[in-house]
Amino acid sequence: MRVMVIVKASQASEAGVMPSTDLLTQMGNYNEELVKAGLILAGEGLHPSSKGVRVRFGQGQPKVIDGPFTESKELIAGFWLWQVKSMEEAVEWIKRMPQEAGFEQDIEIRPVFEADDFGDVLTPELRAQEERLRAESEARLSAK
Amino acid sequence: MGNLHRTIEAVWRIESARLIASLARIVQDIGLAEDLAQEALLSALEKWPESGVPDKPGAWLMAVAKNRAIDVLRRNQRLQQKLDEYGRVWLDPMGAVYPDFDAALARDIDDEMLSLVFTACHPLLSLEARVALTLKILGGLSTNEIARAYLVQESTIAQRIVRAKRTLSEAKVPFETPQGEALSQRLDAVLEVIYLIFNEGYSATSGTHWTRPVLCEEALRLGRILATLMPDSSEVHGLVALMEIQASRIPARSNAKGEPILLMDQNRARWDQLLIRRGLASLEKAELAAACFKTTFSPTPAIATDTARPPPWTAPKPLPLAPMHCRPKLPPVMPAPAKPPKPTGPK
Repeated sequence: MRVMVIVKASQASEAGVMPSTDLLTQMGNYNEELVKAGLILAGEGLHPSSKGVRVRFGQGQPKVIDGPFTESKELIAGFWLWQVKSMEEAVEWIKRMPQEAGFEQDIEIRPVFEADDFGDVLTPELRAQEERLRAESEARLSAK
Repeated sequence: MGNLHRTIEAVWRIESARLIASLARIVQDIGLAEDLAQEALLSALEKWPESGVPDKPGAWLMAVAKNRAIDVLRRNQRLQQKLDEYGRVWLDPMGAVYPDFDAALARDIDDEMLSLVFTACHPLLSLEARVALTLKILGGLSTNEIARAYLVQESTIAQRIVRAKRTLSEAKVPFETPQGEALSQRLDAVLEVIYLIFNEGYSATSGTHWTRPVLCEEALRLGRILATLMPDSSEVHGLVALMEIQASRIPARSNAKGEPILLMDQNRARWDQLLIRRGLASLEKAELAAACFKTTFSPTPAIATDTARPPPWTAPKPLPLAPMHCRPKLPPVMPAPAKPPKPTGPK
């Protein structure tokens, strides 16, 4: 299964404060360990929300709101995409993540939707779509 | 209890290969190392429900395995000669000689991991045995999981693993990474195993499903690990590229009824773009490594990736035969496994 590991923003990350050299080194080692475990599919770190914008849909035209955004617990500072066997495996890996002592930090792990998760709900639609694609490509091939 | 069991399983998956690799370095026998690691796991299953999962579960397992190893070594005089050869030893107050575990553990684990890969995939073993041993020792899969993935009896897999361990032990196969000319030949034996696992997952030879994603994922993981252990090997990156690209098509390979859809008819919007990008990146690494180290690698990944590149898609070049694309062959290094006809019937 795939999970997205969401590193939540903190006051420090929102203020653009860099972690200590020591923590950066430890994080580097940790990241390397994850890569060596064949786990990491993708991952990025994000600039503070002061550099971001929000586009809000509602009544009328979409409204563009410039950062920073205040509710830092709801903001994210970065993410990884991991390939794991279970949620427990993801949790066990996260427990090994280095952290600064006394520094509060939330990490959220969310499973990524996979085709099977859609179950029967989308099946008729998908089937129709595939039938159509097949018909199209058959027509294309026979036209050649 | 159910949750704890799953947690222990997760810890095992993370720690087992490294644990076995470290132990194998010390006892110079991957069969014995695996037994010791399994004993540590049993001990965890027994103790953790009461004590809770320790802060450093890997270190806990290692400590238990290490004590078992000392017990075994005490009983096994014959092994001590081997241990003297191994070099650094420490003397206990009783005057017995044991290997210096801490020194062994402080070593760079990458060397041990690579030795573990090469020993588990030793050409002395049959392909079947190599596959089972690799999934068990490197993948951390249980015998039961392997048996389910291959739709055979658990006892069949267990027997294969026991025999493989015995064969390696009796032949005194050294726990090491081959060097020089032997390396490329031995690497073929490793890649063959990973590719075979992938291929069985990608176009299952038995069962009612066309794919068994567990095996694809496991093979991909092994390939990715190997690529970090051997970053200069064009062959390894080439195989990873091939697997990433092939795996990217899994969501589009069958319809809602479970029937296969050939490459040209697949809905490309359902191809996994992340895996395609990863595959193309691996292919670049393979080409770079091949150029730097003047080696070659199979052109198959390059052909397979051709169709994964951005549009126009209509004419992958050369227009491939779909079956060849669905089931790539990697001649001459990796013969594709012989496939019995696909079972028909309800999917």
